[in-house]
Amino acid sequence: MSPSRSDDVTVDPLRPADHADAAADSMDAGGSSPDDTVNSPALGVVGWARWGWRQLTSMRTALLLLLLLAIAAIPGSLVPQRSADPNGVTRYFTDNPDLAPILDGLQLFDVYTSAWFSAIYILLFISLIGCVIPRTQHHWKALRARPPRTPARLERLSTYRETLIEGADADPAAYAADAVALAEQQLRRGGYRTERYDTDRRGAPSFSVSAERGYLKETGNLIFHGALVGVLIAVGVGGGFTYTGQTVIIQGDTFTNALVDYSSFNPGRFVDENSLVPYAITLDEFSVSYVAPDESGAGQAGDFVARLTTQRAGEDPTAGEVRVNHPLDVAGDRIFLMGNGYAPTITVRAPDGEVVYSASVPFLPQDRNLTSLGVVKVPDGLPEQLGLVGFFYPTVAELETGALTSGWPALVYPELTLNVFEGDLGIDGGIPRSVYALDTTDMTQLTGGTTGVDSIRLLPGETAEIPGGRGTVTFEDDSAVTPTGEPVKRFVSLSIHRDAAATWVLVFASIAVAGLLAALFVPRRRMWVKATVQGPNVRIEYAGLARGEDPTLDATVERFAGDHGASLAGRGASKPT
Amino acid sequence: MPVDSALSLESVSFLLVWTAIAIYALAFIAYVVDLSRRSAVAVDRSAQRELVSVGAGAASVGGAAGPASAVEELRAEGRAAEENLNAAPGRRTRLLWARIGTSLTWLAFLFHLGGVITRGIVAGHVPWSNMYEFALTGTVLIVAVYLGVLFRYDLRFLGSLITGMVVLMLGGASLPFTFYVEVVPLADPLKSVWLVIHVFVASLATALFAIAFGLSVLQLMQARREQRAIAAVGTGATMRSGPGFLRTLPGAEALESLAYRFAIMGFVFWTFTLIAGSIWANDAWGRYWGFDTKEVWTFVIWVLYAGYIHARATRGWRGARSAWLSIVGFAAVIFNFTIVNMFFKGLHAYSGLS
Ligand code: HEM
Repeated sequence: MSPSRSDDVTVDPLRPADHADAAADSMDAGGSSPDDTVNSPALGVVGWARWGWRQLTSMRTALLLLLLLAIAAIPGSLVPQRSADPNGVTRYFTDNPDLAPILDGLQLFDVYTSAWFSAIYILLFISLIGCVIPRTQHHWKALRARPPRTPARLERLSTYRETLIEGADADPAAYAADAVALAEQQLRRGGYRTERYDTDRRGAPSFSVSAERGYLKETGNLIFHGALVGVLIAVGVGGGFTYTGQTVIIQGDTFTNALVDYSSFNPGRFVDENSLVPYAITLDEFSVSYVAPDESGAGQAGDFVARLTTQRAGEDPTAGEVRVNHPLDVAGDRIFLMGNGYAPTITVRAPDGEVVYSASVPFLPQDRNLTSLGVVKVPDGLPEQLGLVGFFYPTVAELETGALTSGWPALVYPELTLNVFEGDLGIDGGIPRSVYALDTTDMTQLTGGTTGVDSIRLLPGETAEIPGGRGTVTFEDDSAVTPTGEPVKRFVSLSIHRDAAATWVLVFASIAVAGLLAALFVPRRRMWVKATVQGPNVRIEYAGLARGEDPTLDATVERFAGDHGASLAGRGASKPT
Repeated sequence: MPVDSALSLESVSFLLVWTAIAIYALAFIAYVVDLSRRSAVAVDRSAQRELVSVGAGAASVGGAAGPASAVEELRAEGRAAEENLNAAPGRRTRLLWARIGTSLTWLAFLFHLGGVITRGIVAGHVPWSNMYEFALTGTVLIVAVYLGVLFRYDLRFLGSLITGMVVLMLGGASLPFTFYVEVVPLADPLKSVWLVIHVFVASLATALFAIAFGLSVLQLMQARREQRAIAAVGTGATMRSGPGFLRTLPGAEALESLAYRFAIMGFVFWTFTLIAGSIWANDAWGRYWGFDTKEVWTFVIWVLYAGYIHARATRGWRGARSAWLSIVGFAAVIFNFTIVNMFFKGLHAYSGLS
């Protein structure tokens, strides 16, 4: 960077021109290299390109981009994001019909994939790479360079000690040489790289050792910045090979790892959806415990466990468990427990007794006590399509208003209520419909609401008539098929993930931390010990120079001078003169 | 365990915490008194120096000590204060009210720690399953870091900041009508060793950032005072700028490099917070990063402090500008502290899986 101080350049880390420590250097460089000068009239295309590149890889640009990145990340915490909270976005559109499209135009619902957010971090990383590559080359050379020549006037350095040994030895020059040799030994033991610089000017021999340590600081800094690039690449590339999918399994049922069995599936760019690893998962049992009613936190659920049997193609089935925080590994996929609820088995019969519908239906929990909402759609077998919307109460209780609710999340007194709709379910038009919602626009309500007919209420095992002789509906008692003998089956919703990159992200993050620790806490400093013969006496000087933040420099030089002096004295005593 | 005795231990914990809050408040008052009396200490000391310099035949004649000597004076004050900053606990300037403040802080800390431990015993798990417990444990760690740091540096001039902050956070969280809740079992998602590490290092980082914040604020005040003193040279104006206690504090540059030292330690812990949080998120939700509110703010804070570290190394940004970044960073930490707690509430809904 600074040709005029080539001595220094071989060992100092290369820093962008506007680094605080590089002030003097860059001023030198400004004069010596024409491309540096901003207002040079003869700045050609290459000159401009170089100038631009230098701006981009300067400390100031890095700082501004970092601050921009921090600011740009904030809106994503104020406005719901499609990636994290898609329902929130939908709600935002309904609540703010005027504002939402404007925000959407600014990509504020997809901040972290938006053009402007991407621009900032891509520029930042280009700057980072442009900054790190030349520094790495330079550091590579510096690692093999010799510590710099001992300055002529050590006493000018801020950290300085000296001692005068009077008539220490019959041969002061030998004593001085010996003292410096000892210092070199001690410095080496202290992790310094050393170089001897001895002179003999006008018959006043001077011996000195120049020592430098803390190369690890720059190494750490480069590793840290490099590892950040690694994290970014691992996240970016890994995302392409990642998929996440959701599914619901009712107790006793089996899920196979193929697209059709997922309720939703988000593959990365390079995922082949048609060749997922084949395996099957059966839900044997789901268990949960509730804090008893007379204890604090009553009704709080905990210890969720889904016991599964997994089977990979061509292998024996194995038993496994999924708990919160403890996903199950199957063939490189990780299976997470996301939710649970009840799945009452409901059978609908035509007036002639023929079964037109029979299934266990997952009811979605609506509150802590698992008041749950579910939908049954009977498309065929009856004169008109039938839809049932119902609530399931694990422990039914009546509010003062007469409305029903659940008073406890476990199955103490389960009850099912159903409202019946007749008409067009709207599922033949090819438009995908949620299995959890009933579109009643083209349907007529037969029970509940304003119909004047009471909703159907069923206990397990009971059957009721659908009004108007349209058939019957049964709430089956499943005691015989549940592992615990409970009358209603449970379901779990599972999330299935494959993330090849997570491990790599962690590896790079750990490398970054190691680099960071070295960069921040390894002191980088130079030390010199010089012994000069002055007539019969020997003057020993100790000096230290911090490279960057180094609060302990002064104490270190002090301690070194003390130790060195003491061992010199010890030697003198043992060595006959 | 019979319900009655469990309840009584729980209220013992609550009483301990409130006793601690009261003592912290007293410590805060003592520290404020200390700051207000420090200017008198400074005047005493400079009078002593004046005597010494007069005795040594210095050219300053009585009241005619000009502004140039005011700069000298400033430097001497700074050096003396810096020495005191690094002095071993036994050899520090005797500041009666600061000593009272520190003793009270220790006392309060013991009550506070007792409150945390009894709460943990009643709950049967690390006490941070909800906002109240989180504030309880977070603040005890903040005070522990402050008291620990006092063994190395004489930072008692930050005592009012730390105790004031703790009174606000702990008091705010302990009012029965705010966040105080009775012990409940730990919700499933909170049963993770990564979460324990996550909360622990986050609290340590917060304490270190708080100290860096205090030092940065003082740095700015001190820098203004020093600038005024230098500007006054030659104008003959007498210098009077900023609160008097600044005269017993190290110079702006010393404060800055101390602030930096705390900020980088905080930054390392914050990096661990980020990583531990991601590992936990990966186990709990199957993704290590999802840009939800709390993750966004943890990231923003991390980037802000990376910016601060860079600013310290960028020409033109060292000094006041970087100090402002440290202040902004801490403001974001405080914001996140509340956001994180709200997030914990959100997690309860999740934990019910309902
Ligand atoms: C993703 C963006 C970046 C982050 C998170 C980041 C973070 C950091 C951190 C934490 C440090 C302190 C460690 C140390 O002192 O060695 C640091 C130092 C440094 N960074 Fe970066 N950095 C980023 C980008 C850049 C870029 C683009 C440049 C080049 C212009 C750069 C140049 C430097 C330099 C020269 C130092 C040493 C500062 C010193 O001498 O104290 N960094 N960076």
